[in-house]
Amino acid sequence: MKQLLTGNEAAAEAAILAGCRYYYGYPITPQNELINYMSVRMPQVGGTFIQAESEIAAISMVHGSAAAGGRSMTSSSSPGISLKQEGISYLAGSELPCVIINIQRGGPGLGDISASQADYFQAVKGGGHGDYHTIVLAPSSVQEMADLVYDAFDMSDNYRNPVMILGDAQIGQLMEPVEFYKKQKNNLPAKNWSLTGAQGRKRNIIKSFYPVKGELEEFNAHLQKKYKMIEEHEIRYEAINIHEADIILVAYGTSARICKEVVKKSQQFKFKVGMVRPITLWPFPKEIIRRISEKVQCILTVEMSAGQMVEDVRLAVESRCPVHFYGRTGGGVPTSLEVIRKIVEIVPDNKVANTLLKLAEVK
Amino acid sequence: MQTIIYEKPKTLTDTPTHFCPGCGHGIVLRLIAEIIDTWGIRSKTIGLAPVGCAVLAYNYLDIDMCEAAHGRPPAVATGIKRVHPDHVVFTYQGDGDLAAIGTAEIIHAANRGENITFIFVNNAVYGMTSGQMAPTTMLGQKTATTPSGRDVINYGNPIRICELLAVLDGSSYLERVSLSSPENIRKTKKALEKGFKTQIEKRGFSLIEILSPCPIYWRMDANESMKYIDEDMTRTFPLGVVKDWEHKN
Repeated sequence: MKQLLTGNEAAAEAAILAGCRYYYGYPITPQNELINYMSVRMPQVGGTFIQAESEIAAISMVHGSAAAGGRSMTSSSSPGISLKQEGISYLAGSELPCVIINIQRGGPGLGDISASQADYFQAVKGGGHGDYHTIVLAPSSVQEMADLVYDAFDMSDNYRNPVMILGDAQIGQLMEPVEFYKKQKNNLPAKNWSLTGAQGRKRNIIKSFYPVKGELEEFNAHLQKKYKMIEEHEIRYEAINIHEADIILVAYGTSARICKEVVKKSQQFKFKVGMVRPITLWPFPKEIIRRISEKVQCILTVEMSAGQMVEDVRLAVESRCPVHFYGRTGGGVPTSLEVIRKIVEIVPDNKVANTLLKLAEVK
Repeated sequence: MQTIIYEKPKTLTDTPTHFCPGCGHGIVLRLIAEIIDTWGIRSKTIGLAPVGCAVLAYNYLDIDMCEAAHGRPPAVATGIKRVHPDHVVFTYQGDGDLAAIGTAEIIHAANRGENITFIFVNNAVYGMTSGQMAPTTMLGQKTATTPSGRDVINYGNPIRICELLAVLDGSSYLERVSLSSPENIRKTKKALEKGFKTQIEKRGFSLIEILSPCPIYWRMDANESMKYIDEDMTRTFPLGVVKDWEHKN
């Protein structure tokens, strides 16, 4: 049965269906529907809901429940996610599974409460201290938010690694029909590392401190090996019209919804537009973008930021074709017409013939 | 026939400790291990190690243990206790961890009445980082960052955690003890037992503050340190029960 829910509520319900029984939050706009929903649903399923004294305490409570073997989650928005970075670094360093939802808002500082994609660097490059990665998933609809939350829990348990869902104020607050399919993986590894009391076994220690020379380097090598495995197995993206395109758009989340409209509207032009929508931002779908870059005229990255993901696109393209950027910041949302204007500006002249005249008539 | 009257508790590992000569941590860890052995609760006890001198507690206690970020053990312990409400969960924290960077976490754990035992080792100094001022450093006490002694105008007064937490309705048992003599060590063990009992009987939040020597960063020998606890520290931090669910005023 389909329900009409906000992205925030869909994320919360999907987490419950995925078996999450430990949720720790702190109020911040634009993710308030999520914490409010959890305060009602968690007691109904016998789970734990705590409104923590701070974002730092909330992620630390996640640390505890994850260490004890429970499926745990926290959610917040940009300034709150900055506060959680300490805990995320410890979770990554302690190899603990958990899900963190970031419903991004404008920054830096207190910024504003409207949609933004300016936390990309923080999400995919580590965010906290040390050589680590969180797996980062980017939904672009309410349905996909729900679907990715199930996968996030399974992936985090499978790799013993924090997973971040990177949404934004639009994905979090818009209402769309959503259907919940509970599809938990069955072959997940047993949590025999977790803290359950040393009954009939040696003690378990959850830690990230390796003071003996050489131990930390060895541990980091282990982490890097794990990240390599994640890169080999977990990359996801959606590709549209990539085979005949002259120009490829790269966008995720809300920007990708706008770019889909651009692809549709571009059918009336002489040049062909396709797009790649990364679903995993880390690991980044660099191989498909590299392959595309060998065939197209140019690539345009569209973001609600001053240009963050575009750096990863450029690293994938390695100068095989020009990589352009169009972005809006501080709550500004690109329109499809703005993106089309940018395309006209960057597509080689012979491809744009007759297009300029028509631009004003674009529907 | 031989009778064993004193031995290493089973819950203490054979790992040599990293603590400095004259440090009190080894005594407290031993007392915890003795209680776990006597009560037979090793398999249902989970400990939290902080950041600071006590971080390596998990090398010495043969129980399931978790490390927490600096000051966060009360929040991490809360997360563990919610998964295992019938286990015995305790944190082991120093004064910098609990009374400075982790002030919010301990106050709110107390305010929620978390059914957890908090063991607070107060030696009035940051030992791990070479002896800087702690929130519990006493007025006049010289440290690496108060070279002329702590003064009120620049650094404020030492924080009395037990008294601070006593005003919260969520706290159930608060006692301050010291390690300055065999008699005081026995009292410390009694206080720790009471803390664990408070939790096992689901009476709520318990915290035992232990005045502990740090001869290295107090620039004293062991005997002077014990005298310093008795004659100076206890004037700022008076010993005794601050709050007790069994004897409500």
